[in-house]
Amino acid sequence: MEPHERSEKCREVFSLLSEYLNLELPPEACQEIESHLAGCPPCIEFAESLRKTVEICRGYQPRELPGPLEEKARQQLADAFQRMLRQKKNAAG
Amino acid sequence: MAGRPEAFDRFVDHFRAKIFHYSWLMCGHREDAEEVAQETLLRVFESFDQLREPERVRPWVFRIAKNACLMKRRKSVFAPRQELSLDDFLPAMDREGAHSKIEIADWSRLPDRQALQSEMKEVLARAIRELPENYRAVILLRDVEELSTLETARILDLAEDVVKTRLHRARLAIRQMLDEYLRTDGKAVPNRG
Repeated sequence: MEPHERSEKCREVFSLLSEYLNLELPPEACQEIESHLAGCPPCIEFAESLRKTVEICRGYQPRELPGPLEEKARQQLADAFQRMLRQKKNAAG
Repeated sequence: MAGRPEAFDRFVDHFRAKIFHYSWLMCGHREDAEEVAQETLLRVFESFDQLREPERVRPWVFRIAKNACLMKRRKSVFAPRQELSLDDFLPAMDREGAHSKIEIADWSRLPDRQALQSEMKEVLARAIRELPENYRAVILLRDVEELSTLETARILDLAEDVVKTRLHRARLAIRQMLDEYLRTDGKAVPNRG
């Protein structure tokens, strides 16, 4: 493949990588990407680093947690919850 | 949840933490995030009859949280909308137009998701925080919360194609920051923008 052609294809693959990783592309487009990746080590390396980025984001556990729920706030929620249950019961019966 | 106190506690604890985290990263203030979490849960119980598909409770809760966040932001400051360009993240090409000289860090050195080390966590948290708001919302919902493209689109009132575009650019921005971190042995993490 000529360098120019390769560059164009690399750009195209580059712009579709997330959809490819998300399995959101039609089978023909996936096949095209896979056949390009098979012959383009830099692209495959880049795709792998993006795949790992997604994996890391999915495993992200935030360090920041909310403070303990104050009694007044919990009671407010519990009251709203009870009202919701009563409404459901009335609607059903 | 019907009538069981332990189910109520589980629901509140689970969603309170999730909404807090989303709001904290979207609003930028702990106090606002705590308020958004409380307001969202109240609204959830008050309007539960509007939930048409009970199996889709998560995206429904996040939509309420997103709106509560917007109200908070309206009361504070507006950040100017910022767009990320795909070209900013294209691997460098050589003069012949091929990217044979691409420099990518050794990503095999990354810890796996179970063992994500605390320094790496901080780099990731910072990368997410530094994304423009419209990209941050998408990556939080799609990759961190693992909601679908359609669910994310509905929560954010966006077309699915816009969600896909923003997700890709957000991932590329984060990838770039992690790559820089790995290439410099953690000595340099660039500030974007």
